[in-house]
Amino acid sequence: MSNPEQPAVDWSRIARDGVWDNNVVMAQSLALCPLLAVTGTATNGLGLGLATAFVMVLSGLLVSVLRGIITPQVRIPVFVLIIAVLVTLVDLAMNAWMHDLHKVLGLFIPLIVTNCAILGRAESFASRQAPLPAMFDGLMMGVGFTLVLVALGAVREVIGSGTLFANASMLLGESLRWLELTLIPDYRGFLLMILPPGGFIAMGFLLAGKRVLDRRLAARKQARAAAAVPAGA
Amino acid sequence: MSTVANPTYRSRVGYQAGLLGGFAMVAAALLVMGDIATRDAIAERRAEDLLASLSQVIPAASHDNDLLADTLTLPGDDGDITVYRALRGLAVSGVAFETVGQGYAGPIRVLLGVGADGRVLGARVLAHTETPGLGDKIEAARDDWILAFDGKALGDPPESGWAVKKDGGDFDQFSGATITPRAVVGAVKAGLDLFARHRDALTASAVQQVASGE
Repeated sequence: MSNPEQPAVDWSRIARDGVWDNNVVMAQSLALCPLLAVTGTATNGLGLGLATAFVMVLSGLLVSVLRGIITPQVRIPVFVLIIAVLVTLVDLAMNAWMHDLHKVLGLFIPLIVTNCAILGRAESFASRQAPLPAMFDGLMMGVGFTLVLVALGAVREVIGSGTLFANASMLLGESLRWLELTLIPDYRGFLLMILPPGGFIAMGFLLAGKRVLDRRLAARKQARAAAAVPAGA
Repeated sequence: MSTVANPTYRSRVGYQAGLLGGFAMVAAALLVMGDIATRDAIAERRAEDLLASLSQVIPAASHDNDLLADTLTLPGDDGDITVYRALRGLAVSGVAFETVGQGYAGPIRVLLGVGADGRVLGARVLAHTETPGLGDKIEAARDDWILAFDGKALGDPPESGWAVKKDGGDFDQFSGATITPRAVVGAVKAGLDLFARHRDALTASAVQQVASGE
């Protein structure tokens, strides 16, 4: 089933791709619909991120296991079917056995189906890789997605409502109530940031910030290389 | 994906149709199994939730019966409405039932507790699909807004007061979300109207039922 000449799996490469270099949102610009819909608060971002990461790991596994029998012509509907069934089953199981968590996350779970990033990873990675790397890729992509969701949610929440991680204890349990901060007391709120346009604006700044950082890093690397050449020669 | 590596039968329409059909069948079977495996548990959780919600809209001190056991049905606009009665002895001290408003992103189900005197004992949103961070302030866990209905009745505030402030009424809207609170206010008002229409049947029948049963 698997290609014997397949190169060794570069685990750190997968991790770096998922979290930074090829980040779902920052580099691929995917998944913007659920992203902008829920990042009004950092807590909501975290909830959607965790749920998405979970589904990505499972879909990576399934797509990778089934890649031998799926033909290129019908792969897209099959992948969509796999993801939709997974999301529905996760929704049902959480509703039945993790009911308190479902009350908080339940709102986000159907949104996962609209996340084209999962389909994108199934298509471009999981359908060509062995199950373990595919699951790891799903996990790392999910972690990268979660980080962006939390960052964007935090920015919008602080500017929009003056709080951080509001209602986090509903998601994470009472022991993490200390996470809930009111940074600006008696804040009247800045509605634009909570509404989708504010999401786009904050998103733009985040993207620009990543570009600047990437450029700085590249410049520093180049400078170091340039400095190393004469020394080595 | 190279076609060279694939055996020829795989490029036939029959194989692909069969593959797609097979996956659809497996998917359907999995969903059916998932549904069967979780249906009872979900129904149980729902009942627990309902009881927990009922205890929020009907004070525990006002009744001595099992709320889920003492129910009536009323004919509503969209099917029957189940009414949970709070009895103290045989007298009805209050009723609770579900009323629905049309929100921004779908129906908002509100559980409304009404005292025998026609005043709101409490209202709680059971389910909604409003925008997270904007419309979800109607949940009691996130905001005190829903408590504004406590003690209100038809005529208190007057008819014109049963609206959000933007529409000249008594109830606050949220910044960025007017349709959601408007829908909840409408749902509570509709619930009180329903109670007023069926007041006699709702508040008197406990004694009658017991009397006719003997």
